[in-house]
Amino acid sequence: MLNAARRGTPSPADTRAAAVRAARRWIAAALAVAVAALLASRGVETAAQATINGLVTGTYFALGAVGLSLVFGVLRLVNFAHGDMLTFGAYVALLLNAALGWPIVPATLGGVLATAALAAASELAIWRPMRARRAGGFQLLLITVGLAFVIRNGVQLVAGADPLQLRLDVTTAVALPGGLRIGTVELWVVVTGLGALLAVATLLRYGRLGKEMRALADNLSLAEVAGIDTGRVILATWLFAGALAGLAGVLSSAAAGILTPNFGFQLLLSLFAATILGGIGNAYGALAGGLLLGFAEEWSTMFVDARWKLAVGFVILILTLLVRPNGLLGRPALK
Amino acid sequence: MTIDLTALAAPDFWIGVGIVAGIYSIFSLGLQLNVGFTGILNFGQAGFMAVGAYAMAILILKLHWPAPAAIAASTAIAMLAGIVIGAASLRLSGDYLAMATIAAAQLVGGVAQNAAPLTGGNQGLLGYDAAWAALARWMLARLRAVGLGDQSQLPLFIVTWAIFGLALALLTGLRGTPWGRVLRAIREDEAAAAALGKNVFAYKLQSLAIAAALAALAGDLLALNITLIYPQSFSADVTFIGFAVLVLGGLGSFAGVALGSVLLWTVLEAASFVRLPLAADKVAAVQMLIVGLVLIAVMVWRPEGLRGKREEMVLRG
Repeated sequence: MLNAARRGTPSPADTRAAAVRAARRWIAAALAVAVAALLASRGVETAAQATINGLVTGTYFALGAVGLSLVFGVLRLVNFAHGDMLTFGAYVALLLNAALGWPIVPATLGGVLATAALAAASELAIWRPMRARRAGGFQLLLITVGLAFVIRNGVQLVAGADPLQLRLDVTTAVALPGGLRIGTVELWVVVTGLGALLAVATLLRYGRLGKEMRALADNLSLAEVAGIDTGRVILATWLFAGALAGLAGVLSSAAAGILTPNFGFQLLLSLFAATILGGIGNAYGALAGGLLLGFAEEWSTMFVDARWKLAVGFVILILTLLVRPNGLLGRPALK
Repeated sequence: MTIDLTALAAPDFWIGVGIVAGIYSIFSLGLQLNVGFTGILNFGQAGFMAVGAYAMAILILKLHWPAPAAIAASTAIAMLAGIVIGAASLRLSGDYLAMATIAAAQLVGGVAQNAAPLTGGNQGLLGYDAAWAALARWMLARLRAVGLGDQSQLPLFIVTWAIFGLALALLTGLRGTPWGRVLRAIREDEAAAAALGKNVFAYKLQSLAIAAALAALAGDLLALNITLIYPQSFSADVTFIGFAVLVLGGLGSFAGVALGSVLLWTVLEAASFVRLPLAADKVAAVQMLIVGLVLIAVMVWRPEGLRGKREEMVLRG
């Protein structure tokens, strides 16, 4: 596009690319209409209710996916321990809330801070020394897997494998126009989650840290040469990713009403799917991908049994990897 | 907390450890072929194991096939699954392939959980091992003649390690053939192998199909060992225990897999003999905690494993 503007006259390749983009827009619009029609065929009210549920699911998917994507963007690390960071945050909040009797808001904050601290600790104890040693991708990947095992089973060692609950009143609901309902807790999940996402998006877009993160994601050595303190930015990225994962964990266990040590790992593949849908390493894309995946999983319950909900996430992950590995927005990978 | 070491002296403890270690050795031979010798990150090995075990059990229980035919067919079906999944995903590289294969394995788990009429759902399947029990009795009668008749698990131990030995001999033999050299060339430099006119994709597909067959055999043996299969028997944890075995033994060494497996499972099973005042779920947590620590420790301090060679290691960054 830039080239064409510079030269003044569009080359045949540019015209073709523009035609492809236009065709893609039409295909996307047609798909959206088709999906809407399909959903409406099951009854407008059912569809609207599933959409509300999808918003709840999508909110915590987006929170989890943004952190996963930030870490990938800055460090090129696919973090298999990210799901278990959600578990960790939820269990810390549970400990504070159910065992120590804290109200839910400070307990949630405690979970968020503890998970941020855990992520920062992993950077200082493992990732920074491994980068200094120039460890290979396979090494790093398996360390994330090992870390996932350690976090999940550390939680299980302390809390046991039996399902536990936060002390929340999950019985009340708020009536919405059109006979729709949303649970009070779920409403708070959406409000808190979307608020946090908005704050993060603003910070990434306009804050100095966000710009530095994008510079690192683009080219780490160049960012270093430009005088950015890369160590500090990477640590901040981990703190961010951990805090968001902790919040996602508390919110998802609040919405589900129940938590087991496995729940974070079970969500991990959905978070991968959301991250890749949005273009891996692209935080805004992950946000959109998370919401989209939440809708997709909840809408699927209108057509197949809800037991297949997680499988829908796996299928979307596989299909996205195969068809559009660079995400729906489709910017080709730099490498 | 007391530590009861008398159990460690009992032969049945070691036979039990040996069976599980043997099953994971066969399972991880496939991972070694994929990761160590072809450079493809197969994170879905537990899925192929599930396909094999469920195929065997379903063929025996629902279609009343004789056990040997069911075992042969289960291996073939898992290879087919490997080809289908590989055909779809093997053009992806590195981490993306890992994500695609683990998603495929989770999908297999989801089907096992939800297609209850066929798979028994969360209750699982049992009663598929009558033919095996008869064979084990026959073997025990022979073992009694040499004074080993009171070890009821010995037949499975013998069969497991015999299968491992055969697979090891086969893979070691293949390693030196032109086929094996092409695999290693792909691991070292895919573009160079392709430039030499090798069909890289077909070789990767063959590598994955063989790994799937080994996973299926391991799954059949696991099914005979635990006598009841349910979806959680083949969770993603199984794949990652396989990876712990793989890196402990060392990338690029087929025999190292057995060493890693025996070592890891001796530690894991011995952990359940340390009489901690813990419930069963917490003992299981201790075991998986050890697996995680092994993965981290090996990758941090000795990425080439116990028997691996640094020059055999391509750790793509």
